[in-house]
Amino acid sequence: MAQALVKIQAQAKRGEAVEVRALIQHPMETGFRRDDMGKPIARDIIREFVCTYAGEEVLRAELQPAIAANPFLVFHVLATESGEVAFRWTDDKGVVQSESARLTVS
Amino acid sequence: MRGLDQQSLLGRRALLAGAAAGLAWPVLRVRPVAATPASAKAAMDEILKGREPTPGRVKLDIPVLADNGNSVPMSVRVASPMTASDRVRSIHVFADGNPLPVVGHFHLGPRAAKAEIATRIRLATTQTVVALAVMADRSVWSDALRVEIVLSACLDD
Repeated sequence: MAQALVKIQAQAKRGEAVEVRALIQHPMETGFRRDDMGKPIARDIIREFVCTYAGEEVLRAELQPAIAANPFLVFHVLATESGEVAFRWTDDKGVVQSESARLTVS
Repeated sequence: MRGLDQQSLLGRRALLAGAAAGLAWPVLRVRPVAATPASAKAAMDEILKGREPTPGRVKLDIPVLADNGNSVPMSVRVASPMTASDRVRSIHVFADGNPLPVVGHFHLGPRAAKAEIATRIRLATTQTVVALAVMADRSVWSDALRVEIVLSACLDD
């Protein structure tokens, strides 16, 4: 797909709310626009974004064309144990992009 | 001489006005049909399932005047302790002036620390944005905000 950027601190204290910033490069083509010849441009958006932490869901977002290009999401994960924070974006073409980060909890 | 100048100026103005009117028409025609308040209500009913949202606990934050509708920062914050039993299950955002009334559905899992999400959205025109929060006890809370858009989304090609 494209480039994805995830920002999350590497270490946290147990019980801390850790901010996550997830950004991905994607046109989020709405399907409402037309090209120079007046032909409609096919819709191509990221439909779903899922973030899991140690296998459990943090956020599952169902996105619509009303989400701006290069979808950017900010949310918070509850630091409970050291584990992997995984991110997955799925677009209309079925392309899946994954990213992950390690969170160490003390 | 002066009179002549004024006359040509008037002529130019009339010409410009005519051109503007002529240009406006095709632009309006290719513009996608906006969601009606009825379709926005239908989309909300899918979430509400007969429940009535109570205004409060939800704080929708969007700049009240946005220059560019293509990317408007938005955040939704819900007052909730986010414990196992008292938490926000999901946040839903609607924009009734957009071609599609639903902006996004955000489901907060067991690992979510705060009932808070932020993203950037598209707004086709000046309109009211509504956020709904569904709690673990199935109660629904809401907030609404009128946003003025100077340059709308969906019109750039």
